Amino acid sequence: MPQDREIAIEVQNAVKHYGTFTALKTISLSIRDNEFFTLLGPSGCGKTTLLRMIAGFEDVTEGAIYLYGDEIDRLPPHKRPVNTVFQNYALFPHMTVLENVGFGLEMLGKSKAEARARAGEVLEMVRLSQFAARKPSQLSGGQQQRVALARALAPRPKVLLLDEPLSALDLKLRKAMQVELKHLQRETGITFIFVTHDQAEALTMSDRIAVMSEGELQQLGEAREIYERPRNVFVADFIGDTNLMEVTVDKVEGSRAQCHLGGGHKLTCDSVDGIGPGAKVHMSLRPERLFLSADPVEAESLSGTVRETIYIGTDIATVVELEDGPQFTIRSSNSTRGNARVFEAGTPVAVNMEMGAARLLVD
Amino acid sequence: MAKPYDLRRYPGFFGITILCLVILYAPLAVVAVYSFNASPSITIWEGFSLRWYVDVFTGPESAKFKEAAWNSFIIAIAAATTATVIATLAATAVLRTGKFRLRTLSVGLISLPLMVPEIVTAVATLIFFNAIAFERGLMTILFAHITFCIPFAYMPISARMQGIEASYEQAAMDLYATKRQAFMRILMPLMMPGIVSGFILAFIISLDDFIITNFVKGAGVETLPTAIFGAVKQGIKPNIMAISTLLLAVSILMVAFSWLIGRRNQVEGR
Ligand SMILES: Nc1ncnc2c1ncn2[C@@H]1O[C@H](COP(=O)(O)OP(=O)(O)O)[C@@H](O)[C@H]1O
Ligand SMILES: [Mg+2]
Repeated sequence: MPQDREIAIEVQNAVKHYGTFTALKTISLSIRDNEFFTLLGPSGCGKTTLLRMIAGFEDVTEGAIYLYGDEIDRLPPHKRPVNTVFQNYALFPHMTVLENVGFGLEMLGKSKAEARARAGEVLEMVRLSQFAARKPSQLSGGQQQRVALARALAPRPKVLLLDEPLSALDLKLRKAMQVELKHLQRETGITFIFVTHDQAEALTMSDRIAVMSEGELQQLGEAREIYERPRNVFVADFIGDTNLMEVTVDKVEGSRAQCHLGGGHKLTCDSVDGIGPGAKVHMSLRPERLFLSADPVEAESLSGTVRETIYIGTDIATVVELEDGPQFTIRSSNSTRGNARVFEAGTPVAVNMEMGAARLLVD
Repeated sequence: MAKPYDLRRYPGFFGITILCLVILYAPLAVVAVYSFNASPSITIWEGFSLRWYVDVFTGPESAKFKEAAWNSFIIAIAAATTATVIATLAATAVLRTGKFRLRTLSVGLISLPLMVPEIVTAVATLIFFNAIAFERGLMTILFAHITFCIPFAYMPISARMQGIEASYEQAAMDLYATKRQAFMRILMPLMMPGIVSGFILAFIISLDDFIITNFVKGAGVETLPTAIFGAVKQGIKPNIMAISTLLLAVSILMVAFSWLIGRRNQVEGR
């Protein structure tokens, strides 16, 4: 049994069945104390299920969950010192904002006065003091969201669970709330477990990310690690944009592998364990790690023809078709300083890549 | 501009609407108007007067009507209260304990009495009381009323509860409330409009019931409907119209109250 004070939540071989359907297949992970931890994955992969198992709304079919070393998976929700920010906020419509925020403390047996004082303090923290006397229905979506956050933070939970709390907000508000959430997490020192299906959101906010798919943990690591060293095709494809291509391995030297594309183009890729000569595997190439030039600049440059140029605002994406078929997307920053040159459709170009841009993946 | 399938553009729509409204409300209007008639005739208007209302409260039959009204209100309040409590618990059990195997059957059993012809229920209830040798009187009426009021109270309560997402109670339990506290502090207040509607519906149904009451009441025990029926058998006098109008007024007041509660709740949040 884990006794480490550094580990806030330890999920050990947790399995969840709904009838005959397996929502989680043996998940194990540790969430550190004072960490902004994100569960990331497409809709239906089991993020909410895992969160609800930690909160106590779903029982675990098999396995165990520990909170700072204490097994909690058999406790009812009201005995677990964790609080949840619900996806639909679930603010009590018949109570004022202040009563909502004070509810948890009142249920913990604190006096009305104490509950009110603390509620006022937390409302201050989310800058909603002037709305304390309002009913939730008299607030905007963003304000309701902050009330939900304040209500969950008020009892000083050991771990805060957030189930896609920003998904109902418009983009601008969402960005502002991302910053605010991150800030609140640092300020309070409470461990946050944040659920999202938005990979960009996960990358900007998290200390560590657990990528999930179909009830399985795909990869767990820091944002940079997950983005730059995805372990498999699913992670590479789900996080960020990438060019996925099938290659055949010719030889492996240490962490590098000599490969060739279908049309015979030779490439040096970063390799991963378990890949040997002759293997047909996928390779990931991030579009921003490729650059275009009129003429090849290195031996491994690929040549092709520009098919399309897409204006994205901050970036310009160029789709290039190689002589033998496969298409690449290349992203370059839309700045006047760089050597970014916009190539018209139909122009022959060379696609060049930074060292280590190409990565082999297991399936 | 009218929508392509605007109902109002169908021929005869207006006429049919008027016809329905007339059939529904003309008799009520006639009773209400003639209750203020100065004449003892029920068909000839002789000017405005409150004499039949005075007659209801002080006339020769007033003692009988007062006792019947008292019985009716006591029974309606007791039956509606009990039925509302039972219906609230039933709705909680059916809608808030997860899926269980006999759930559909339970809902069916609760609402089936609404579809059973009242005369059948009346006969069955009477036979039941006879079988257990329960002496007929106010109590038999009360028990019978509680029973048939339950499905009426259940409908608005369960409709309301269905509209309340489980996440409110979950949020409460997440915030350290026990199941009981979550029920009392969160679910009950949110359900209040449904509970009030259920109570009022049950109250009106009980107040107005004739068939079952007539079967199970003891000799000499009358409620307003049975007393009115008894009086009408000896010929319709305008004082009957006055009583009916008063009953109508009570119903309208209760329904208006229920509507106001529902509306206030909508304004305050879902
Ligand atoms: N109460 C339930 N009964 C049956 N299946 C469920 C239930 N809750 C969730 N599921 C299924 O479990 C899977 C994971 O759901 P969920 O955890 O909500 O996914 P996510 O939050 O990642 O979108 C989904 O396929 C969903 O349909
Ligand atoms: Mg979810």
